[in-house]
Amino acid sequence: MRACKQLVEVGRRQFLRGGGSVAVGAAAAMVGGGEAQAASPALARANYPSTRLANIKDLKVNEPKDVTYPDADMPGVLLKLGKKVPGGVGPDGDIVGFTTICPHKGFPLFYRADDRTLNCPGHYSRFDCEAGGQQIWGQATQNLPQYILRVDAKGDIYAEGVDELLYGRLSNVL
Amino acid sequence: MAFKRFVDRLPIIPNDAKEHTAVCHYCIVGCGYKAYTWDVNRQGGPAPGENKFGVDLAKQQAAETPAWYSPSMYNIVKQNGRDVHLVIKPDPNCVVNSGLGSIRGARMAEMSYSRTTQTQQQRLTDPMVWRYGQMQPTSWDDALDLVARVTAAVIKEQGEDGVFVSVFDHGGAGGGYENTWGTGKLYFGAMKIRNIRIHNRPAYNSEVHASRDMGVGELNNAYEDAELCDTIVAIGCNPLETQTNYFLNHWVPNLRGATLDKKKRLMPDEPHDKAKIIIVDPRRTVTVSACEAEAGKENVLHLALKSGTDLALFNAIFTYIADKGWVDREFIEKSTLRTPAARPPLFPARGVSDEKPGHLTSFEAAVEGCRISIEEAAKITGLAPADIVKAAEWIAMPKAGGKRRRTMFGYEKGIIWGNDNYRTNGAIVNVALATGNVGRLGGGVVRLGGHQEGYVRPSDAHVGRPAAYVDQLLISGRGGVHHIWGCDHYKTTLNADQFKRVYKRRTDMVKDAMNSVPAGDRDALVNAIMVAIRQGGLFAVDVDIVPSKIGQACHVWLPAATQGEMNLTSMNGERRMRITERYMDPPGQAMPDCLIAARLANHLERVFRAMGDAAYADKFKGFDWKTEEDAFMDGYHQHAPGGKFVTYERLRAMGTNGFQEPAVDFKDGKIIGTPRLYVDGVFSTPDGKARFMDAPWRGLQAAGKTEQQARFPFLINNGRANHVWQSAYLDQKNDLVIDRWPHAFIEMNPDDMKELGIQAGDLVEIVNDAGSTQAMAYPTPTAKRRETFMLFGYPNGVMGNVTNAGVNELVIPNYKQTWANIRKLASAPEGARHISFKDQHYRSA
Repeated sequence: MRACKQLVEVGRRQFLRGGGSVAVGAAAAMVGGGEAQAASPALARANYPSTRLANIKDLKVNEPKDVTYPDADMPGVLLKLGKKVPGGVGPDGDIVGFTTICPHKGFPLFYRADDRTLNCPGHYSRFDCEAGGQQIWGQATQNLPQYILRVDAKGDIYAEGVDELLYGRLSNVL
Repeated sequence: MAFKRFVDRLPIIPNDAKEHTAVCHYCIVGCGYKAYTWDVNRQGGPAPGENKFGVDLAKQQAAETPAWYSPSMYNIVKQNGRDVHLVIKPDPNCVVNSGLGSIRGARMAEMSYSRTTQTQQQRLTDPMVWRYGQMQPTSWDDALDLVARVTAAVIKEQGEDGVFVSVFDHGGAGGGYENTWGTGKLYFGAMKIRNIRIHNRPAYNSEVHASRDMGVGELNNAYEDAELCDTIVAIGCNPLETQTNYFLNHWVPNLRGATLDKKKRLMPDEPHDKAKIIIVDPRRTVTVSACEAEAGKENVLHLALKSGTDLALFNAIFTYIADKGWVDREFIEKSTLRTPAARPPLFPARGVSDEKPGHLTSFEAAVEGCRISIEEAAKITGLAPADIVKAAEWIAMPKAGGKRRRTMFGYEKGIIWGNDNYRTNGAIVNVALATGNVGRLGGGVVRLGGHQEGYVRPSDAHVGRPAAYVDQLLISGRGGVHHIWGCDHYKTTLNADQFKRVYKRRTDMVKDAMNSVPAGDRDALVNAIMVAIRQGGLFAVDVDIVPSKIGQACHVWLPAATQGEMNLTSMNGERRMRITERYMDPPGQAMPDCLIAARLANHLERVFRAMGDAAYADKFKGFDWKTEEDAFMDGYHQHAPGGKFVTYERLRAMGTNGFQEPAVDFKDGKIIGTPRLYVDGVFSTPDGKARFMDAPWRGLQAAGKTEQQARFPFLINNGRANHVWQSAYLDQKNDLVIDRWPHAFIEMNPDDMKELGIQAGDLVEIVNDAGSTQAMAYPTPTAKRRETFMLFGYPNGVMGNVTNAGVNELVIPNYKQTWANIRKLASAPEGARHISFKDQHYRSA
């Protein structure tokens, strides 16, 4: 939970000074994607990386694990909720992942374990982790982007896509 | 699973995209937006030179970036017949919203009509008439000829009082200066229609007669005043959900102390602190929770009074501050009436006449008339005496050094649609006047507003006061023809159960008559309609952008264009006037309302001339407008205060910041406006002096409310939801909104639900002596026992069904004080099974 609290602080500082970067890691090295893609036909959807985020053994019920996806510039969270939920994977169908950047204005969300929600300190939006990231209340015009997850035989959890546009990028994969 | 779009890329705005000035279609705040359009076969790129923002879009953008837009801000629409990409995004340079977009406004692009992306296919594209037992598309000439002939026939038989009209009077989409003028010139210029009502109330009247009678126009301050005041008093309003970006961009910074530098700079001779806020509302709204999170609980006073007792509260505050001497003596002497008028003989039961239900007088006489002790008010309101005293202190106790406290008062539908509207409104203005908080920095006593404003019409004096209670007249069988402009009584009126029953019966009589003759035989058709009207039938014409609920009963639908499909001007809650430029085509044959009114006038002129009544036909001259700009120049430019300084060209140059009405000059290429009213201490009365109101408490004022309260256990408080704009006329076809609110909700205390065997999501019936309706139960731990809150005006659960017909002396409805029984109808339907029923209130980490 310490990491989550730090996120809150980042969000609050950013909001008070009215800006700042959401990037929490080192900026990913940007390659000349435009040129490379120009040679081959463009694809209708972004080509998502398959990224190992954790193993199911790493997760405890209702304890968020900080991750990033699809790249280091986009923080998110993996959650084991202890009951089958929409978009849930794993043997209990209870593992979900979400971006933790608010789709309204890009502030970092914090997790409330008491009602299993992600919350925005910027403009008070709340998203239900047990209902596919549905915005319970808020100013975003999207429900919270949720990861499309896969669990392999070893129990490794992979993110392989996102179901809504991520804040601050006009292509989910940069 | 919650609704997801599976959009993971959006076309990038190229650097040569067209940029149009736009203002949000929806609420009073009028956030500034920019609409960008470019050809459908082109796109920008991520390199800084390839996009409108000049930034590297191959990198993650920061929080609050202007260089991002959500899928809801994007669409493909027609512009001058060509397909174009459209992005409508909040403007970071607009002083109203500084780049913020709410969940309503930031969906404007997605809520536009698109054949390509299939959004808003419900929009009306053609005039439709009742033929062969259903609505069928037709030409404008055919539809307007029928409307004109029936209207003319009714006028010949019943006079102009046989023509009933329901019409918007607001700004923004479905209104605006062009369209209020177009309809106003038709019904108040060419004709003198008396049986007319406004979109949200059953008469043609002001929602704030009291403030106006006291000489205080209701939009008298600037949004900046919320940044500058010491105390905000929010009464019967919920600004986080209903004036979102006014609250977020102007209230919250003051609650956080982020405006202290500005306060010190503009008002250097007094001490400053971050603002305190008093919220008067029976319900704990999300606004209360947000204020506590920002300002700390110690700076938020939530007065959760008994529903409808605001008058007693404000009279107690008025009495207390007067007795303490915490008033602005100099202001009272200089700017208010100093000779008390005699109390009317039957006061307080009645005023001097039906049109003057109050008693306007001097400060001293008002204090004595309103006098009520803290203890007595505590008993009536259910509040702790100490909290009422605390409120009085936060409002008026001088700051260190004896400096006057700067307090801003904002009120809305909790007062306007609440008990004893006239006196309660007056009681609030009393406190503001006594403390000198009108026309000063950090002051104001203002409506927070619903729609934007945009009113310019010929005089409505012939309507009279009290105005006709139009809904009751329709229920009693009066009228032959009903013209409806952007109103939907079926969703948004009071006593709606009875209204709908009678309205359906009367309009069905005309439908049956129309079914009996061939539609192509116009004379026979008009004759058949008139026979039905003589027998109590009603011919109904609905001008709207979508098929409305009342439209189901109508015989003609006329398709209107909305903002962005036409140039449209309006002003916001601080009188800030802007133009929204036309950025796309209207659907099909749809036209701006002002031009529909003009074409109807043209047809009426022709029909009356053909009937041999040249004198009456001549009244319909002056409607030769070809464009909405013609209507603007004929209306606002010539008739609005300061209108002579305002043209489309000048407004375009003023962009999303526009100017604050009234305009007083045009200098150096800019329209010069008026940030605050009454800075000179001269008020809107013949002698320039403001009036106080003698306004004693008299219990529940509207007919039938006291009996209803005694008979039914549950308060059915009601209002808006954050996701939804107005009556959901567009939202009803928006996946994000319908995914969240498949049914009108009713917030209930969980223990009440348990007692009644109701689970989250169950459909319940709300039933009382006025009628019945349904809603989806939403467990709400912060709801008081037996005090519910129902979404107002939703298509599939109409709260107005259980609002009784009781109104105040000036025919203002009283939605808020409604009591009823609640019982379970059915378990949660499929559409409600996936949704979240968690607490909507934010709490800090």
